[in-house]
Amino acid sequence: MDYLQLMGFGPNGWGYGMLAATGMTVAVALCGYLIGSILGSLGAAAAFSRFMLLRGIAGFYTTVLRGIPDLLVIYLFYFGSSSVISGVAALFGAEGFVGAPAFITGAMAIGVVSGAYQMQVFRGAVLALAKGEIEAARAYGMPSFLLFRRIILPQAARFAIPGMGNVWQLVLKESALISVIGLVEIMRQSQIGAGSTRQPFSFYLTAAALYLLITFVSGRGFRLAERRAMRGVRRAA
Amino acid sequence: MPDLANTPAVVLSGIRKSYGEHEVLHGVSLTANEGDVISILGSSGSGKSTLLRCINMLEVPNAGSVSIHGETIALDQKPGQQPRARDNAQVNRLRAKAGMVFQSFNLWSHLTILENLIEAPVHVLKRDRKDAIAEAETLLARVGIAEKRHAYPAHLSGGQQQRAAIARALAMHPSVMLFDEPTSALDPELVGEVLKVMRDLAAEGRTMLIVTHEMGFARDVSTRTVFLHNGVIEEEGPPSLVFRNPRSDRFRQFISRDEREAR
Amino acid sequence: MLIDFPFLWESFTALLKGIPLTLQLTALSVVTGGVLAVLLALMRVSNKWWLDLPAQFYVFVFRGTPLLVQIYIIYYGISQFPELRQSWVWPFLRQAYWCAALALALNTAAYSAEIIRGGLLSVPAGQIEAARATGMSGFLLMRRIIFPQALRQMLPGYSNEIILMVKSTALASTVTLMEVTGIAAKLISQSYRPIELFICAGAIYLALNFIVARLFAALEYALSPERRPAPVSAADKPEKARA
Repeated sequence: MDYLQLMGFGPNGWGYGMLAATGMTVAVALCGYLIGSILGSLGAAAAFSRFMLLRGIAGFYTTVLRGIPDLLVIYLFYFGSSSVISGVAALFGAEGFVGAPAFITGAMAIGVVSGAYQMQVFRGAVLALAKGEIEAARAYGMPSFLLFRRIILPQAARFAIPGMGNVWQLVLKESALISVIGLVEIMRQSQIGAGSTRQPFSFYLTAAALYLLITFVSGRGFRLAERRAMRGVRRAA
Repeated sequence: MPDLANTPAVVLSGIRKSYGEHEVLHGVSLTANEGDVISILGSSGSGKSTLLRCINMLEVPNAGSVSIHGETIALDQKPGQQPRARDNAQVNRLRAKAGMVFQSFNLWSHLTILENLIEAPVHVLKRDRKDAIAEAETLLARVGIAEKRHAYPAHLSGGQQQRAAIARALAMHPSVMLFDEPTSALDPELVGEVLKVMRDLAAEGRTMLIVTHEMGFARDVSTRTVFLHNGVIEEEGPPSLVFRNPRSDRFRQFISRDEREAR
Repeated sequence: MLIDFPFLWESFTALLKGIPLTLQLTALSVVTGGVLAVLLALMRVSNKWWLDLPAQFYVFVFRGTPLLVQIYIIYYGISQFPELRQSWVWPFLRQAYWCAALALALNTAAYSAEIIRGGLLSVPAGQIEAARATGMSGFLLMRRIIFPQALRQMLPGYSNEIILMVKSTALASTVTLMEVTGIAAKLISQSYRPIELFICAGAIYLALNFIVARLFAALEYALSPERRPAPVSAADKPEKARA
């Protein structure tokens, strides 16, 4: 069977399967990314907090999660939540191992990891703000929350776009690891296809092309957003 | 081998330089004889730095020719194409003869002052390292920063850095020296120490081309003054003549504005 | 929940046995990938489109796809071609070890190339101009002026890349290699005690990364005397105090 038939949309083609898997990859990556954004902004807020304990927790979170393999975090979430679920199931008389839902645990795992990276992006964006502008706002008597909402947030959001783009690419590629806990996204679908047709190269190359397509298109999107946001900001050199 | 005593040190003829659509130099010709100290004046955007940088091919002119001591630099100047030097080895050889001093010093930040002075003599001219060090120490003493030889550029004041940069140029035994606004990046109180070193060099009879804003220096030290405006030479002659009796109105305005600012 | 210290210790000692493989894979891929990265970076800054374009494409492909795909293509994909199974590469590529090392090396080369390129481009134009003005060019200019300065610029980024590589070796466990994460996964599926094993394995990775970070910080310090405060020696006359 030639490649076009293999990846086509005919009766024996894997086209629909791969397309659905691509949708799954984007969906789980998006969920993880959003979870990460929430954790990241909470972490960044904690990092600027007046309380040492909060700053310590935020620092510990980003250091640990950026220093440990993502795969390990995915295992922790999958087996950790599975043992909780198994325990609950045992109360109702079920026996043995009950797997946790792969989508939720996967999204949680990459969410927690990407949150550590997004926290650094947000922190850097706030630190990139010109001190003078914050001082000017204070001089006009802006209270803290107003200062944050009117001056810091709009500008930091601009500075954060390139870093956020990088984290998105990271999350997208990280999502491939969720295949190890059985979520049928691009990688898992390719494994299934490779196993049943004995054409692993064709499937994994297709997988690579699909990832490349998503990263390319979304990279374009982020660059467009950056150019839009950076209007009116003059860059040195 | 050309007769060095009678051939001019630098001959620029019909130099044109453009960046994209914009032409900065509209055919400038200038000759520097042995021992000439030429001050090149002009407001910013007049093309004076570009002209100086054309001499050692840091900018390659789109048209015109450059000769150093009778040797003409071979250039590829095809219309519609970026101009290029034809023979990189020739350019490097001639560059080694033309010592350049930059506005922002450009001392190599990863090397000590002494290492800065011996870098090119040892690696470009293949001079003996020991000799190069001995000579470098003499030069540093001459510009008054012998005690800084093991310091890094970042640890020196601007005036000290520029004096080190002049010593670095001298270490190459240049036959002509090019100064690109050597005092423009300095705090006013540091300008004097650099000008003093340059004055001493001029007194030695060195051939120097100096792009500068220092009117006093141009008037007192140089043998010839060139005033560039919008990419052409507006005024040229001995300073005693042109400063007292400028032919061009623009130059008259230029020096009167300077005098007003000085007051 | 009580902490089961004996189990924690048992897991920890079991996981320690995976460290040599983790370090081997890291070292092998960082060294070979580093060589390839220098080549790619030089192609990128060559100003020749026929060198720049292939390098750009390489970087685009390897940075735009997950490392897991790259490992699978090399480990599982190659076997689809009978011709390759007859060739000299097969004795290597049938082993998970070499496949993982190759994939990691190709992957880090793409990221490192961009770090090196960034370092090369960060050298101020004035530094290069001053060298050109004395007659330096080509390899001499690269070796004496550009590279020493670029190296200092790119050390922090490169240190991060090596830490990422230490973490990335975990993916070797997906092709049966028993490095730290591989052992951890095996023990988790045997014991169903993910939290303890996660703590042990995590501590090992954090310790390794901490060592890498410290080594690079020390290297950066050793290589950047010009960024340290001026030394005060007896020969220095107290001329003018400068901050």
